[in-house]
Amino acid sequence: MSSEPTTAGTTAREPNHGRIVIVAWIILSLIATPLVAIYLGPIIPPGNGTAQGTEQVFDNQVMTTLITPLLCLLLVYFVYTLTEFRAKAGSTADGPAIRGDSRVQFIWIVTTALMTLALAAFGTFELLQTGSGGGQGPSPIAFPANHQNAFEVQVIGQQWQFTYRYPSLNGMESNQLVLPEHTTIVFHVTSLDVIHSFWAIELGIKADANPGVDNVAYAVTNGPMTFHVRCAELCGLWHGFMFNNGKVVPQAQFDSWAKGAEALYAPIAKYVPAYSHIYLPDPQRRAG
Amino acid sequence: MTIARRLIGYNLLSGIVLGVVGWYVGWYGAHAVVGPSLDYFGDIDYNELSVFLAYLGGVIGFLIGLGFLHYPIQRLRGYPPSLREKETEGIGRYFSLCTDHKVVGIQYLWGVGLFFFIGGLHAMLIRFQLLSPSREAFSAGTYLTIVGIHGTMMMGIMTSGILGPFANYLVPLMIGSRRMAFPRIESLTFWLLMSAATILQTTVFFGGFPTGWTGYAPLSNQSNPGMDCYILFFALVGISITLLGLNMCATIVTMRAPGLTWTRLPIFVWGALSTATLMVLAAPVLIAVLSMEALDRTAQTTFFITAAGGSSYLYENLFWVFGHPEVYILALPGFGIVLELLPVFARKPLWGYRLAVAGMMGVALLSWFVWQHHLFVSGMNGDLRPFYMLSTELISIPTGFTFLCGMMTLWRGQIRFTVPMLFCCAWFFNFLLGGLSGVFLSDTPSDVTTHGSFFSMAHFHYTIMGGLVFAFFAGIYYWGPKMFGYELNERLGKIHFWTMFIFFNSTFMPLFAIGFLGQPRRVVTYAHWLQFLNDWASVSAFLLGASMLVFLYNLVSSVFFKKIPAAANPWNSLSMEWQLPTPVPVHNFDKIPVFSSDPYGYGEGPTPTFTPAGAPAGRD
Repeated sequence: MSSEPTTAGTTAREPNHGRIVIVAWIILSLIATPLVAIYLGPIIPPGNGTAQGTEQVFDNQVMTTLITPLLCLLLVYFVYTLTEFRAKAGSTADGPAIRGDSRVQFIWIVTTALMTLALAAFGTFELLQTGSGGGQGPSPIAFPANHQNAFEVQVIGQQWQFTYRYPSLNGMESNQLVLPEHTTIVFHVTSLDVIHSFWAIELGIKADANPGVDNVAYAVTNGPMTFHVRCAELCGLWHGFMFNNGKVVPQAQFDSWAKGAEALYAPIAKYVPAYSHIYLPDPQRRAG
Repeated sequence: MTIARRLIGYNLLSGIVLGVVGWYVGWYGAHAVVGPSLDYFGDIDYNELSVFLAYLGGVIGFLIGLGFLHYPIQRLRGYPPSLREKETEGIGRYFSLCTDHKVVGIQYLWGVGLFFFIGGLHAMLIRFQLLSPSREAFSAGTYLTIVGIHGTMMMGIMTSGILGPFANYLVPLMIGSRRMAFPRIESLTFWLLMSAATILQTTVFFGGFPTGWTGYAPLSNQSNPGMDCYILFFALVGISITLLGLNMCATIVTMRAPGLTWTRLPIFVWGALSTATLMVLAAPVLIAVLSMEALDRTAQTTFFITAAGGSSYLYENLFWVFGHPEVYILALPGFGIVLELLPVFARKPLWGYRLAVAGMMGVALLSWFVWQHHLFVSGMNGDLRPFYMLSTELISIPTGFTFLCGMMTLWRGQIRFTVPMLFCCAWFFNFLLGGLSGVFLSDTPSDVTTHGSFFSMAHFHYTIMGGLVFAFFAGIYYWGPKMFGYELNERLGKIHFWTMFIFFNSTFMPLFAIGFLGQPRRVVTYAHWLQFLNDWASVSAFLLGASMLVFLYNLVSSVFFKKIPAAANPWNSLSMEWQLPTPVPVHNFDKIPVFSSDPYGYGEGPTPTFTPAGAPAGRD
């Protein structure tokens, strides 16, 4: 691989293309990167409903900021190259026979490798903070503060709705998801039939509901809010309709809701199986 | 009488007739062997075994009718071996078993094209339903079947989308060979793919299937007999691409002309080789997992049913062990085409040949170590997530190699903006956005929100449609004159390009936002406040579909009506296939050429890259 820059057809008066691209790239990056970091980064969902959501927002902010200069470089490069090196109409000339440049290769490989490793290291660091709201399987490895005393909520997916059980409220089962504010929550997600995925959108929580598996996800709620829950894994005919709303409420309001919900639950309590992290019901008939 | 004599024999018509016969033999044969109700879910309405055996009988009958048993039977009866079948006949060779790799390439182009358009029509139906958040154009079940057929058809058929037509046609020409290593297997892969695609479409007669292209168990265990069509489709595609890859590897490794060393091989052939290697290794896993699913549905095994000792993770893992190399099987030939075309239109040698090869081989190697990034929130072992995040992000390094080689090839070139070149430039733009959006999916914390949402759907459309399909069209416009023998209209080509490029981005760009804002994939209904973005995407998608009609018109009018003969080398390429006359003679080379350099010596003076009259015609 030779790095011979001059060939027939190149004259001394030709502008220094490389310098133009680099200067244009630096200027564009200096403008675009802060704009992206300040204005675009923070508004990327899921928002600040939970500490885990905040983590994801920060993560997205860092990544969009990091890739902006890269995007700028490639855009500047392509715009410049495709306009500047366009052949004249009817031209049959060939370009210079450059077959490689080990310096450019070296810089590119080292830079991309460092960026990649930095991204992976950053992502790992972020993930191991509090789990970022993702399902971690039956034996989680990343915990938020005070997780030993977390408020436990079980999410049961079945075709085609989520139901919620609150073991601290005598295993009460409800079709409403209500959570106390400023509390560490542990979701135990499982399924009765096929694979669902519990996605509390504004909380930044997603965990697959697998039959016979206890999938654990942590969340630390902030102030009162309403959020949406959708199923994010194709689960059959009415998958698109498998959604409802949930609420984060102050503790007092939560207590009064719990009392009412327990009263509603009392008459059917004896038909509901004892609280467990997994349930293995008899196989269902075909459901589309 | 002559017409009747033509219709009788080994051809498509006999294949269809015997296929139908075989279908009924299988259907009623299975009824005779077992009664209905042979699965874990205790259904009594259908006999799944009948569906499987009917289609297997149909495929076997179809292949017999095409003549695939003729040769082995003749050999058993003591006749001497022969290689060529239907290599010199007229139009009829396109509708039968033909061992000419050029005929198979053309067959693939039209066959893949047909089912690509059918898959695209299903995409139009999906976007039609999503015009409204709540009204039903289709019932929920029909909608899921449409989604499933679109995804499965595109993934299954377009896996062979570049290796089928272009590599089959071009690799022997590029490496100075008269044929592929296994010409009959080459033809078999095509007809298997066509029968598979037909079977997938017939799923509508069995109630469709609700699982999308991933076919996750246990949902697939409990769904309609239409699911069996999905299983048969993908398993047959698996067999087809295993054989295609095997044939391709054998050809490239063993049949190169003298002087064509590994460092002189056209980069497209390297792309085909890396893809073919992945095909041979990945597709058998798919066949295995679908066989297990077929047993679950027919023979009462419970591989994937947790309550009976199985595991749904088993399916997910096995599927993605195939599935992730699969997406690089889709992407790599695109790299090959783009890097092959850039030197021709920038009039410069390929920059960093070895780096480009290392990039493609590196992607092929790393693609084996990333599959669990599809399962970040599935409840997989938590300790493994940092590893899969790292391995996934590492793939951007070899991908970056090919990017650098492409970009630097353009640098200080004499760039000619022909239609294929425009598609190559668009490929960079699309693949860049696809790759950068992939960063968010590979990062586990960010993936918590983007996984399973429209964001991931937009991401893989940017890489597969923006990467593979744009490269596919670059290939058609570039090699079309050689393959068809007729020129394609350049003005229509440019209209096609600009409409496709603009509306492709206009369709999929908003879907990134829709995904982040909380719309999961494959839903028939969505939040009302996302209607504007969805409608924008739908209208753009219809216009994207319309741009395909421009292409179709261009292709049909140029090839069947205007018929302007193409020059032998309209692009002034140095590559071997363009040094042959158009149309390419049946046996390609009078004498096997001897290569003396790679085909990228632009700007290096008039040194020929090969000697036409080298070795005597000794092969085959």
